[in-house]
Amino acid sequence: MHTVDLKLVTVITERLLKDRVLDDLRKCGAKGFTISNATGEGSRGVRASEWEGQNLRIESVVSRAVADKIVEAIADDFFENYAVIVFLHDVQVVRGDKYV
Amino acid sequence: MASIDLLLANLLSPVVLAFVLGVLAQLVKSDLEFPPPLYDALSIYLLFAIGLKGGAELSVTPIAEFLGPAALTLLLGVVTPITAYAVLRRLGRFDRTNAAAVAAHYGSVSAVTFIASTAFAERAGVAAEGFMPALVAILEVPAIVVALMIAHVRGSAAGSWKTALREIMAGRSIVLMLGGLVIGAVAGKSGMEPVAPFFVEGFKGALTLFLLEMGMAAASRLRDLKQVGAFLVGFGIFVPILHGALAVWGADFIGMGIGGAAVLGAMVSSASYIAAPAAVRIALPKASPTLYLTSSLGITFPFNLTLGIPLYYAMATWLAR
Repeated sequence: MHTVDLKLVTVITERLLKDRVLDDLRKCGAKGFTISNATGEGSRGVRASEWEGQNLRIESVVSRAVADKIVEAIADDFFENYAVIVFLHDVQVVRGDKYV
Repeated sequence: MASIDLLLANLLSPVVLAFVLGVLAQLVKSDLEFPPPLYDALSIYLLFAIGLKGGAELSVTPIAEFLGPAALTLLLGVVTPITAYAVLRRLGRFDRTNAAAVAAHYGSVSAVTFIASTAFAERAGVAAEGFMPALVAILEVPAIVVALMIAHVRGSAAGSWKTALREIMAGRSIVLMLGGLVIGAVAGKSGMEPVAPFFVEGFKGALTLFLLEMGMAAASRLRDLKQVGAFLVGFGIFVPILHGALAVWGADFIGMGIGGAAVLGAMVSSASYIAAPAAVRIALPKASPTLYLTSSLGITFPFNLTLGIPLYYAMATWLAR
């Protein structure tokens, strides 16, 4: 089967930032995304609000170039003040043009 | 009823005891957890019910009776974040960002404290004016705006205050309370009758259950007490008393009843821990959530629930003499 190599960008973020993170994703060229709930702890150790609800895992399959843009945008916008992490995976997909 | 009897009745009420149970559950590290949807359902129910009830009362209240308290509430909503900010900066030597963040909380209102104080007033036989929920809505927003403006003007707001403002205005508390008010006012008392069993009968039970979760939330903040320092602990008790006294005096001055004065005192002394944290997190991201959440949820809320509300009632009774 013929597959295409792309990148999976995963952003784990406070729920409060959902709209802003999605805006960043779209602006950088992501064509879609999947959101799921997440809980956990991090180096910041600060749980900002009881009622924000669970954290979010936002995933998007994108090209290498878009992935780099996303990582930079997320880092610039959120790393300083919020509990957000972002990382990349290599993925192989069929229907490559669906994502780019 | 004598004040001491009321204080004891308050401390032994299911609402306060449920709160204590929540604190204990957290302290013994019980695996008791409120699923978020349950918490959401209860808060939606409580906020909406409060709005509906207030609206139905408002529909039979002459405008003139409402304007004075509304104006007073607005005034207090603008003044209290300023007093809180001043105390934090001058006496506490807090930096501007954190002072503004905490001030936003203490100028705003805790709907749950409001609800608990209305229940207390009813128990004391001096139910507050029916339109009080409208005052809660009036109190919630201006304080946050004022505090964010202080930070903005002083140049320390990193986030967008406009986004924060839009978030609060469209936030759950405002939509449900104001929406409920409008619906209740339009439907009137007779229109509300068919839904009264659901929103009125079940109310105190839902409140008790909700306070159980609040106890757990407040207790999870206790471990941060050392981090926030003695000043903020003192602040979390004395500034509410100051604000409460101011509100009770103002309410008495404009002729509100004892119940209304006590409830307004409780409202103005309370600190938000839902609307304000969300707004502050966006507009003042550099402010430390530990400071504002621990003080509002870990110190002021428990204080008001147990001792504050009876205190403001005692003040109101004393002034009315």
